[in-house]
Amino acid sequence: MTYKISENGNISTVFLDGEIDMDVTEKAKEIILPLVEAGKEVHINLKDVSYMDSSGISVLIESHQKALEKGTKVIVKEISKSVLKVIMMAKLEQILNLE
Amino acid sequence: MTLSESKDFVVHSSNLKEVRIFSREVFEKIDLPQEQKDELVLAIAEAAQNIVKHAYKGVEETKDKMQIKISFKDNQLEIGFFDKGKPVIPENIQHRKLDDIKPGGLGTFFIKQIMDEAIFKKNQKGWVNHLVLTKTI
Repeated sequence: MTYKISENGNISTVFLDGEIDMDVTEKAKEIILPLVEAGKEVHINLKDVSYMDSSGISVLIESHQKALEKGTKVIVKEISKSVLKVIMMAKLEQILNLE
Repeated sequence: MTLSESKDFVVHSSNLKEVRIFSREVFEKIDLPQEQKDELVLAIAEAAQNIVKHAYKGVEETKDKMQIKISFKDNQLEIGFFDKGKPVIPENIQHRKLDDIKPGGLGTFFIKQIMDEAIFKKNQKGWVNHLVLTKTI
């Protein structure tokens, strides 16, 4: 997994790339959670994420819940078809902010 | 069509990608919709992840290997997982309730969603745990 971050005012957009599994979840959390902790609105762009398993879904849930605690939000954007299917399998499409 | 392929992987999270590559290569040989192949790869990856995460919980480094065997015959898909980790107590395996939104506990739920059956078998010579996932294709 690789990533890049762009900043625009209080919005940080994290572009993830590759496959998100247990082996990279700590790295993903290290990228996303400090931005949420800092009170940023975080957009997680998944257009280049071809695979995500339950570990990756856990990162999305943890980020979302941390954002609620901090009074901000995480928006998951440009979700690939295969990843959206996993999100829907977990019945999270009504819980997470998806665009 | 009849097919049976197996491969050993050192038990480590860094090898989960290799598990997916192996699974995808095997499913390329079976005439299935891509969407179903993706689901099956996810189920296999989740089961392999459970071995790393639970059967080898607290083990930083090991040379132990797990074996994954994919068999397909008469429209019956059977996927076997063999490992030498801590013995699994099947009764203790539960996925979290879906309305209890929290990180974790989804892997087993995904496996049950995708496969018809998941059973731990006993008395596998040389192994500790033997999980068998089955699905009629």
